[in-house]
Amino acid sequence: MPHQHKKNVALNSGLIRALRNLLPPESVLVDAEDLRPFECDGLAVYRQLPMVVVLPETTEQVQSIMRLCHAQQVPVVARGAGTGLSGGALPLADGVLLSLAKFRNILNIDADNAMATVQPGVRNLAISEAAAAYGMYYAPDPSSQIACTIGGNVAENSGGVHCLKYGLTVHNILMLKVVTAEGDLLTIGAETLDSPGYDLLALMTGSEGMLGIIVEVTVKLLAKPERAQVVLAAFDDIVKAGEAVGAIIAAGIIPAGLEMMDKLAIQAAEDFVHAGYPRDAEAILLCELDGTHAEVSEYIALVRKILTDSGATEVRTAADEAERQLFWKGRKSAFPAVGRISPDYYCMDGTIPRRQLPHVLRRIGEMSDEYGLAVANVFHAGDGNLHPLILFDANTEGELHRTEEFGQRILQLCVEVGGTITGEHGVGIEKITQMCVQFSNAELTQFHAVKAAFDPSGLLNPGKAVPTLHRCAEFGAMHVHHGKLSHPELERF
Amino acid sequence: MSDLSTALQQQVLDAFHNGTPLNISGGSSKAFLGRASQGQAVDVTGHRGIVEYDPRELVLTARSGTPLQEIEAALAEAGQMLAFEPPHFGDSATLGGTIACGLSGPRRPYSGSARDSVLGCKMLNGRGEILRFGGQVMKNVAGYDVSRLMVGAHGTLGMLLEISLKVLPRPAASITVTRVCSAAGAISSMSALLGKPLPVDGACFHGEQLYIRISGSAQAVQEARSKIAGDVLPDADAFWHALREHQLPFFMRHGALYRAVVKPAIPPLNIEGTWLLDWGGAQRWLYSNEDPASLRHRVASVGGHVTVFRGGAQAEEIFQPLSGPLLTIHQRLKTSFDPNNIFNRGRLYANL
Repeated sequence: MPHQHKKNVALNSGLIRALRNLLPPESVLVDAEDLRPFECDGLAVYRQLPMVVVLPETTEQVQSIMRLCHAQQVPVVARGAGTGLSGGALPLADGVLLSLAKFRNILNIDADNAMATVQPGVRNLAISEAAAAYGMYYAPDPSSQIACTIGGNVAENSGGVHCLKYGLTVHNILMLKVVTAEGDLLTIGAETLDSPGYDLLALMTGSEGMLGIIVEVTVKLLAKPERAQVVLAAFDDIVKAGEAVGAIIAAGIIPAGLEMMDKLAIQAAEDFVHAGYPRDAEAILLCELDGTHAEVSEYIALVRKILTDSGATEVRTAADEAERQLFWKGRKSAFPAVGRISPDYYCMDGTIPRRQLPHVLRRIGEMSDEYGLAVANVFHAGDGNLHPLILFDANTEGELHRTEEFGQRILQLCVEVGGTITGEHGVGIEKITQMCVQFSNAELTQFHAVKAAFDPSGLLNPGKAVPTLHRCAEFGAMHVHHGKLSHPELERF
Repeated sequence: MSDLSTALQQQVLDAFHNGTPLNISGGSSKAFLGRASQGQAVDVTGHRGIVEYDPRELVLTARSGTPLQEIEAALAEAGQMLAFEPPHFGDSATLGGTIACGLSGPRRPYSGSARDSVLGCKMLNGRGEILRFGGQVMKNVAGYDVSRLMVGAHGTLGMLLEISLKVLPRPAASITVTRVCSAAGAISSMSALLGKPLPVDGACFHGEQLYIRISGSAQAVQEARSKIAGDVLPDADAFWHALREHQLPFFMRHGALYRAVVKPAIPPLNIEGTWLLDWGGAQRWLYSNEDPASLRHRVASVGGHVTVFRGGAQAEEIFQPLSGPLLTIHQRLKTSFDPNNIFNRGRLYANL
């Protein structure tokens, strides 16, 4: 996990001079103290000072920077708000860190066509705030939505708690303006519901800064539902909670949000924000329904019945908006709440077919015993996205290493049961090795070829998202070797 | 129900080594769409069958040659559906062809497109390698989104073998409300509905009539119905089916049928011809005698694009031409998947 390099090794003075010709002095940072805020993203165990940080504020400046870097073959890492959780914006010691922080204007809200055009540095929540005047909002709501920016959301294909009903970022954007590694400006997608040619919009979404620099985003807006209501159900057995999720969906209901927490997560959240969660429950489900008044009432009654029939020990509908917010506050505070009860925690992000939940939770429990590390589970149950939080203490000798190994095995388990190593946090630098588990050499080679179609010189965010075949070969050899030493059961994977 | 992956892989490998162009063929129900493509026909209709379907997971995986009818019947049995309401354009339509063409029906603006429903695929690239991208889960950001890239690529990037789709419950109730109005009035009504929290899932203007479909829970439909002016249309399913399948009398005309895609609130375009507006005004069908270049120019001036959908010259460009830098990326992508240019040569664009 911690691959820390402290110094920006190579200062290319010719490049710096050229950058200063393109940008105002305060927009080219080279002093270590100025570079420090950019050394990591939300996954702070990976740190690296870049050679230089640039803060352009126009598309033309971004194009000039890219042309310059292309001419000098200098790598470029793009950065939004730096809230990413996979080290995708980790700088390179010999590279340019290109921050989009100054692209913070909302350019147009077009309510008639249900869309908004914004610059990439606009915060996710700010779009919904601006659209509220028209009774509309932007649906994807990653938990970092107060701080994270739309450019980063597109780069990571961010999700949130409402994905099952409203989709991911890829389902909620229409058009991008992108500067290529060679400095060309491309319009990808259109203000219309489809556009001619290949679906480059899908390809660009979630591409982790590997294919281009996003300089403008047009998003879809939706009408705000008339009403949202949440039901909390407690269970004495996590398997029953999992079955209740399937039963709700089998009844033809698509909840706006459907979240599950296990006992450790419930207790941590309850102690932290006093959301009114039952501390003795083995699992709770939060089921949010939205729509028109009558529709929500109808579905709330139905969901309550399903939950009771599924063996819930308690079913509670939020009495008012304040209580609804409180129920959510507990869930949304789960990560910091776990942070209070453990010196450190490591957040995983696998997705599994929902039916595999009992099996996966049992295996995680067994591994938790094996490694002697506690795990709190929070789960976007509607879409199968599991966030096990491994509790550890980095100051205890060897614990970080065990945590990392435990985490890798959880991700391998997700792949084994037909899922994926990352549901919404991205591969970045963090899960690059696990990509070798999920994809064959031919598939990885195809990914590299896709990258080369956009960035033939490989200058955009090199070393992230897609591992080299060499790295996978080394990982395979090391892993089997290690398995023979202490975990013979590992050889199955 | 059989898996012909190995045989199909062998055909692609042979073509790769010999440089033989291949014409991937499903049910040929949409052969009218796209440019004429020269090549040896490869029939994938034998590669069929639903591989996995668990209604509780809201995910269906099927082989590309599976008839669309078979998939829709299996979904209906579990009270579910393909949210993008795909046009079949014939009984022989397959899942692979549906995804390769990337067409979506009237529900598209409200529940997403064919591409939005795709979760993963198994495919053969032009080197004869069997590759899997995406998966069978809703959320998956590992690797580039190659499975959605295949949607609408008309088979030019690879041969689809298996596709996993997100499916949705069928709405419990649905009614259609209709009233007489002008095209301009229909466009502003349909656009206004986008800003209202009503369970609308279809909006069409045809023959001086506006049609609004409302679907959801029984309560929601009743509640919304009271807020939308007009009479309830009897046998509404038949209307939307005929619209989706181009079986309304409007589509029985001779000559070229154009598909113009624009922002939904764009007022009626002053182009000579006969119009039908679907997708709440965002997809506009047109029979016109104007030449394609002039139509494209006019529609592009309001930010839209034009496809010569049916009855055009299939030796000419069918889809709106791409700008220079975009075309370059397309050509490089094509080469990255299909280095010997064997798949559906020229089907999408002459130089692709």
